[in-house]
Amino acid sequence: MTIAEAPVTPETLPVPEQAAEGATRQQGLAMICYSGDLEKTWAAMILASTAGAMGMPTKVFVTFWGLQTFVKPEKRITGENWMQKMMSMMSRPGIAHRKLSKMNFLGMGPWMMRKLAKQYNVSSPAELMEMAQLMGVEFIPCQMTMDMFGIKREDLIDGMGDPVGAATYLGFVADGASPIFI
Amino acid sequence: MADQQVDARGLNCPMPIVRTAQAVKALASGQTVEVLATDPGSVKDFAAWSKTTGNEMIEQTSDGGVFRFVLKKK
Repeated sequence: MTIAEAPVTPETLPVPEQAAEGATRQQGLAMICYSGDLEKTWAAMILASTAGAMGMPTKVFVTFWGLQTFVKPEKRITGENWMQKMMSMMSRPGIAHRKLSKMNFLGMGPWMMRKLAKQYNVSSPAELMEMAQLMGVEFIPCQMTMDMFGIKREDLIDGMGDPVGAATYLGFVADGASPIFI
Repeated sequence: MADQQVDARGLNCPMPIVRTAQAVKALASGQTVEVLATDPGSVKDFAAWSKTTGNEMIEQTSDGGVFRFVLKKK
């Protein structure tokens, strides 16, 4: 029987390259952490830490309101000019000061969320972020957001990657990493 | 007897997986880890973790709401 006459069965079909064993694992995840809302930050940190635990190479591009989350906890005011400083006064940066997008009620909502999380043994976003970093997840700040908000490298938590732009992020996707936008 | 124990009882998603991954990191290939968890989602989560990481699930039992997994490092 020649190759042309061979019956077409799932076994004889060529295996697409993407379906190769471990392919997704090798190419990993390229997350965008865009939101600074508590609930979305939480989801992003759960996924980032779990991806680290799954051994998936993971990069998280941190941009716009997401960058506020990565300002050092002790930093109260960021920015160089009055408008940038005012922005950080209106919404305190740092992972411990995220607000809910709905039902914030002057901090009552987040307080209840944290209380419930403790009661049900759900780790806080800060703990999950630390775990993710320990397991090799790389958080990469957006240069443009840093410029616009006047956030300096030393304002950001330790262990972050070099500030880059959108092209670097898209390069990760072009190389096969799966994009996730939160 | 497993080479390493992880007591994830009471912990919620994703901590049982995260703690196990950290414990497995410290093991040599072929060594085992025994995990105890109470999160009902962990049954499927550990199956997925085992499949993705290649660390084989060699035992899986449950007793009174406590799930026990024994995994062997790849």
